[in-house]
Amino acid sequence: MIHSLFLVSTAGHIFLEKHWKSVISRSVCDYLFEAQGKASAPENVPPVIATPHHYLISVYRDRIFFVAVIQTEVPPLFVIEFLHRVAETFQDYFGECSEASIKDNVVIVYELLEEMLDNGFPLATEANILKEMIKPPTILRSVVNTITGGRELRSVFAWSVAQGSGSSNVGGTLPTGQLSNIPWRRTGVKYTNNEAYFDVVEEIDAILDKSGTVVFAEIQGVIDACVKLSGMPDLTLSFVNPRLLDDVSFHPCVRFKRWEAERVLSFIPPDGNFRLMSYHVNAQNLVAIPVYVKQNVSFFETGSSGRLDITVGPKQTMGKTIEDVVITVHMPKVVLNANLTTNQGTSTYDPVTKVLVWDIGKLNQQKVPNLKGSLSLQSGAPRPDENPTLNIDLRIQQLAISGLKVNRLNMFGEKYKPFKGVKYVTKAGKFQVRT
Amino acid sequence: MSSSSAFNDEKGGSSSVGEPEYGHDPASGGIFSSDYKRHDDLKEMLDSNKDSLKLEAMKRIVAMIARGKNASDLFPAVVKNVACKNIEVKKLVYVYLVRYAEEQQDLALLSISTFQRGLKDPNQLIRASALRVLSSIRVTIIVPIMMLAIKEAASDMSPYVRKTAAHAIPKLYSLDPDQKDQLIEVIEKLLADKTTLVAGSVVMAFEEVCPERIDLIHKNYRKLCNLLIDVEEWGQVVIINMLTRYARTQFLNPNANESLLEEGGEKTFYGSDEEEGKEDKVEAAALVVKRKPYVMDPDHRLLLRNTKPLLQSRNAAVVMAVAQLYFHLAPKAEVGVIAKALVRLMRSHSEVQYVVLQNVATMTIKRRGMFEPYLKSFYIRSTDPTQIKVLKLEVLTNLANETNISTILREFQTYIKSMDKDFVAATIQAIGRCATNIGEVRDTCLNGLVQLLSNRDELVVAESVVVIKKLLQMQPEKHSDIIKHMAKLTDNIQVPMARASILWLIGEYCEHVPKIAPDVLRKMAKSFTNEEDIVKLQILNLAAKLYLTNSKQTKLLTQYVLNLAKYDQNYDIRDRARFIRQLIVPTDKSGALSKYAKKLFLALKPAPVLESPFKDRDHFQLGSLSHLLNAKAGGYQELPDWPESAPDPSVRNVEVPEWTKCSSREKRKEKKVEKPFYSDSEGESGPTESADSDSDTGSGSGSGSDSGSEDSGSESGSEESEGESDSEKDEKDKRKSGKKKAKKTAPESEESEQSSTEEQKKSTKSKEPKDRSDSESEDEEESSTESSESESEEESESDTDAKKKKKTIPSKPPPKQAKKEKKEMSLLDLDDFEPTPSPQVTPVSNFVSSSLATDLEGLSLTDTALSPSAASPTCGPLKTYELLHRITGEGLAVTYCFSRRPFTGDPHMVSVQIQFTNNTEVEARSLRVLEPKLQSGMRIAEFPEIDVLPPGEISTVVMGIDFCDSTQAANFQLCTHTKKFFVTIQPPVGELMMPIFMTENEFKKEQGQLMGMNEITEKLTLGEGCRGDHVIIQRVISTANLSRVPCGSAMECRFAGKTVTSGSLVLVTVVTKEERAAQVTVNCEKMLIGTMLVKDILQALSQ
Repeated sequence: MIHSLFLVSTAGHIFLEKHWKSVISRSVCDYLFEAQGKASAPENVPPVIATPHHYLISVYRDRIFFVAVIQTEVPPLFVIEFLHRVAETFQDYFGECSEASIKDNVVIVYELLEEMLDNGFPLATEANILKEMIKPPTILRSVVNTITGGRELRSVFAWSVAQGSGSSNVGGTLPTGQLSNIPWRRTGVKYTNNEAYFDVVEEIDAILDKSGTVVFAEIQGVIDACVKLSGMPDLTLSFVNPRLLDDVSFHPCVRFKRWEAERVLSFIPPDGNFRLMSYHVNAQNLVAIPVYVKQNVSFFETGSSGRLDITVGPKQTMGKTIEDVVITVHMPKVVLNANLTTNQGTSTYDPVTKVLVWDIGKLNQQKVPNLKGSLSLQSGAPRPDENPTLNIDLRIQQLAISGLKVNRLNMFGEKYKPFKGVKYVTKAGKFQVRT
Repeated sequence: MSSSSAFNDEKGGSSSVGEPEYGHDPASGGIFSSDYKRHDDLKEMLDSNKDSLKLEAMKRIVAMIARGKNASDLFPAVVKNVACKNIEVKKLVYVYLVRYAEEQQDLALLSISTFQRGLKDPNQLIRASALRVLSSIRVTIIVPIMMLAIKEAASDMSPYVRKTAAHAIPKLYSLDPDQKDQLIEVIEKLLADKTTLVAGSVVMAFEEVCPERIDLIHKNYRKLCNLLIDVEEWGQVVIINMLTRYARTQFLNPNANESLLEEGGEKTFYGSDEEEGKEDKVEAAALVVKRKPYVMDPDHRLLLRNTKPLLQSRNAAVVMAVAQLYFHLAPKAEVGVIAKALVRLMRSHSEVQYVVLQNVATMTIKRRGMFEPYLKSFYIRSTDPTQIKVLKLEVLTNLANETNISTILREFQTYIKSMDKDFVAATIQAIGRCATNIGEVRDTCLNGLVQLLSNRDELVVAESVVVIKKLLQMQPEKHSDIIKHMAKLTDNIQVPMARASILWLIGEYCEHVPKIAPDVLRKMAKSFTNEEDIVKLQILNLAAKLYLTNSKQTKLLTQYVLNLAKYDQNYDIRDRARFIRQLIVPTDKSGALSKYAKKLFLALKPAPVLESPFKDRDHFQLGSLSHLLNAKAGGYQELPDWPESAPDPSVRNVEVPEWTKCSSREKRKEKKVEKPFYSDSEGESGPTESADSDSDTGSGSGSGSDSGSEDSGSESGSEESEGESDSEKDEKDKRKSGKKKAKKTAPESEESEQSSTEEQKKSTKSKEPKDRSDSESEDEEESSTESSESESEEESESDTDAKKKKKTIPSKPPPKQAKKEKKEMSLLDLDDFEPTPSPQVTPVSNFVSSSLATDLEGLSLTDTALSPSAASPTCGPLKTYELLHRITGEGLAVTYCFSRRPFTGDPHMVSVQIQFTNNTEVEARSLRVLEPKLQSGMRIAEFPEIDVLPPGEISTVVMGIDFCDSTQAANFQLCTHTKKFFVTIQPPVGELMMPIFMTENEFKKEQGQLMGMNEITEKLTLGEGCRGDHVIIQRVISTANLSRVPCGSAMECRFAGKTVTSGSLVLVTVVTKEERAAQVTVNCEKMLIGTMLVKDILQALSQ
């Protein structure tokens, strides 16, 4: 299936290659560079490129192209999903998925890729299994690396000799998770503090039109879990109002039958962080839009200038405060500069990327944040006939905007009493106001 | 730690690309100055005793490999460490080995023995890893070793090792395709594996090595369906895709009936998932079309049911795989469930969105209704990448219809203001498509587009012009003002395509703008030399058209333009100019063509059809790479078309030990039994039904008290072909059939002799049942009188009718008629001859012969009406099965029944009576059997070829099939002179035997020898209508071709027979107890037959 993998930076530098079958020359990436040249932004590079002998399927993540080389028919989503899984694994292992971190850990990366694919077919993609086989870089080891900077090789050698196998990336024991029928959980987990945290995170995707009417709005939610429990706990999570959930997708650990029958989540959790479920809230429920936006962006025919006036205020917040409000506007190309004043937060305009960012912070009832001022346009250029779209970011703590509530979490199979916690957050997803 | 240190260095150095390689290689550390020495350093480390040094060296080497640097010269030094104790060193050595072994084959062989040792390790993980590396080394010499290792690992105790073996199969195959046959054997073995761990990997190997060997899947199909949910996600994708293909070859198209009906409206009333509900509807529909109702194969249903939960998977590839499975396989009404899941994927990464939208775009063309509720989810955000925007636009356009068009156009209006000009251009095209598809909004769209002509962006204007041109072509006369407006634009628009479009429009519709057109040509003539080629060609066209319509004003201009074009650099333009000049300017040389120049140039052009680029893409399997590229990718397996008739479903039956099989059969049966409830005629077989269902329905409807419904059933079944009831009176016909009968019976003298001896017993026998119903069971009598009533009604009603029919069909009366007649007669006889008081008086009578006797009685009554089956030792009606429906057979309908007579040619064959009805207007010629596909051991004695079957005629033949005492179907092709049809005959188990006569003592003796494993006993409660032992006897005999054994007890009925092929004894005992309890015992050394027979008898008796 997957023949080879190339990691390419946005600058067009191939900084890692791995082949699972015979070697394919890295010149195959030229087709990607060609497509990249045609596209206005890296996001616009088509994910699937057909070349005379191969097919390139790529994903763009964290400023890196993950390029898989394919020779025969394969479902494209299969490859795309796998490449994202690779990126997530790197993220999980190194804290970030960047060119630098991958280069720093190239051996671990190589070992991971070796385990994740066998002859181009995914083998072990569960984080829990991988971590059993290949230890993530520990702080100690990365500290050593930082101090020595990798230059004083001799001293490091001496140190590592002293440490014995301490520097080994590879686990001494062979993984057993692969053999069990719950492959997502490793065996022999032990914690002194047994705790399980669940974050219910909801995002509002909305499009508002010029006058503030809702064109489209929906709520997407996820439940992210951080479970650190010893042994083999069997958890059951139930909701007060499961009817709200319209469309759900689960981590493989969730027993689908029980959900179908009783609307409870029953599962043996993986160890550590994982996404338990994602859901979509029933479309019939009207989505409460927590803010209102009044905007007026206009460009004048004469004098090559424009005016901008934006006001944001809270609306339907259920008594919570709205935090971290940021408004981002992609201005037309002819806007040279912006001279703006605001009564709250800060606003910056980047004349290169043409992006205006207004970081407001908390919204409070008394004083309504407002941003206004003038825009200077390229002289001589015609008035832009398009108006920029406002992208809004916000966060409401302690609130799930759909009203979803976790009823209780029960644990079976183990004797100890775990510490349990549930947190609710509402965020703006793709929240846009058209002007 | 060290690897990273190496790379920290590397980062610094990588910027200086021009330097010699070693200059920034970490291994050199800046100390050594040549390649040779650098590697010396590493070699030294690899040779040292310290694992840590070795590890360090290996890490640096791996880092080199990762960056694509050549490290092949280190091979000897590295390969030595393959047996290193340190597991991390070992792993890295493996990495190196797999990368370079292909280049250094000889040296690589040094490592093989280590892996061979590893293959024997007690630890399964070490065995697996050894096999993994061994199979990854691409060295041709070790192919035999790999083959051996794979074979061994395929039967390893550990499923993990077996999984690794499955992974190794495609590796070996790509190395040496000659091993295919052996590898297929291994695949076959691993396919039978029952663990989820192996399933995904082995199906992957199957897909890579032998995707065409779909027959290997049969036996594993159900298992794969059931395991699916527990297989890891990547395996799920592969299995689902493979099963989609499989199902396309094995099941019938669930939407075939609907597509025959009027189309268009979504059948929302199918909402429910339940099969029954749907079947009713389908049946109703089928009545309209007179088409066989569709029955979904339970295995088809199993697949749909077991994949559905996977729509909830977090893995987009799995969701997509299920979605395409539903799209390609599910009945139309059920496909809707995938929409929600696909819309969910739209929130994923943009690459996922890209692929999903491509597939959704294809789906929306076929099934628009499915995504209509999610219209808003396809609204475009300014932050979407352009390619996503364009795809969303495509979906929105496909979804547009009369009801939502206003909303969509409003959306489009905002898109036109976007900053992304490519997207705006796509939007304009989308508007154009909406306008062509939905007539109501055409004017609105056109006006909107005209407004866009004053847009500042040239690209937008150009695109609008092109789209307007296409729209105007639909109704030009109404829009001359728009054409005028566009004529003005020629001064400003510079985009060649747009200019060309305007010129073409003006030329085409110059009659609508007679004043402006010459002026435009004048302007164009001026700028001719500076125009693009595409514009020049249109100027020529414009000139030619104007010359033809308005030569007075434009003659000179045209000449001028043609002269300019004559010396153009582009030869296309020169050619065109020459061509046009010859055509329009009349000279002495120009031939007849110039007379028609006007017709040629000003012919009415059909308006263009604006089509989606995704149209017809669904012939590629959705979700595949080929679909995405709209071109066949290497290794793509075509999605086969649905078969015309279903292949034998019993191939998926798994051979399991008898007792477990029994229970599994029971389960299946439960489902099957319901069938008669939702469709009568469905019971009349269908190639989709499996063996058990056939026998179920057969036994269910064959019994006496059913006769009311059975009557109607058989009537409807046969009314097209014959008038069934009046045969008694139609003397002439009788005689004919009688003659035929006489001929037919001649070779079977034995039987007829037998029957004649039986004849004597007839009166006593027929008395028995009568008495029963008289004295005890009222309802039985009711039912029989009822049926006789209905029969006589039918008689009087259809008499004249049928007579007419008879006249029109002067051929020999079909044997079926006689069959019916016989059945009815036996019912009548029950009524007529039931005065005798006690059944106990004549317990010895054999029911089989009884029925035979009544037959004969009937025959004597009716003088001559003998037909082939009349002498058959059957009781009750013969069940008729459909072999070929007249729609699928294109007018040729074929039914078959088991006549229960020994096949003349071969005593080991079951005789099958086949009746052809030609419903077409033309005669069918040379009907024959071709290419029987049979299970091993099975044989067919083909019927003699029917030379001619005139329209409207019916013809009957008898063929013999040796089923080898199994209910496996016999598949063959029926050929006419033009067509071939694949057909299947599947015998109910009861037809696999023939009656033998036995005394009570013999019976007991034989029974005594068939105890233990060979005896199957089941208890049951007799059905409502099943009182009195004559009913029991009748039902048992209609279920199975057995004869009754005389018995002293009133509570017991015994039957004996032997299987046709092997002659194994089949002994059946039915013991009735108080209330309605009863017990059935079957003794037969063929346990399978015994088990099936018990089921069927239970079924028949408990009704």
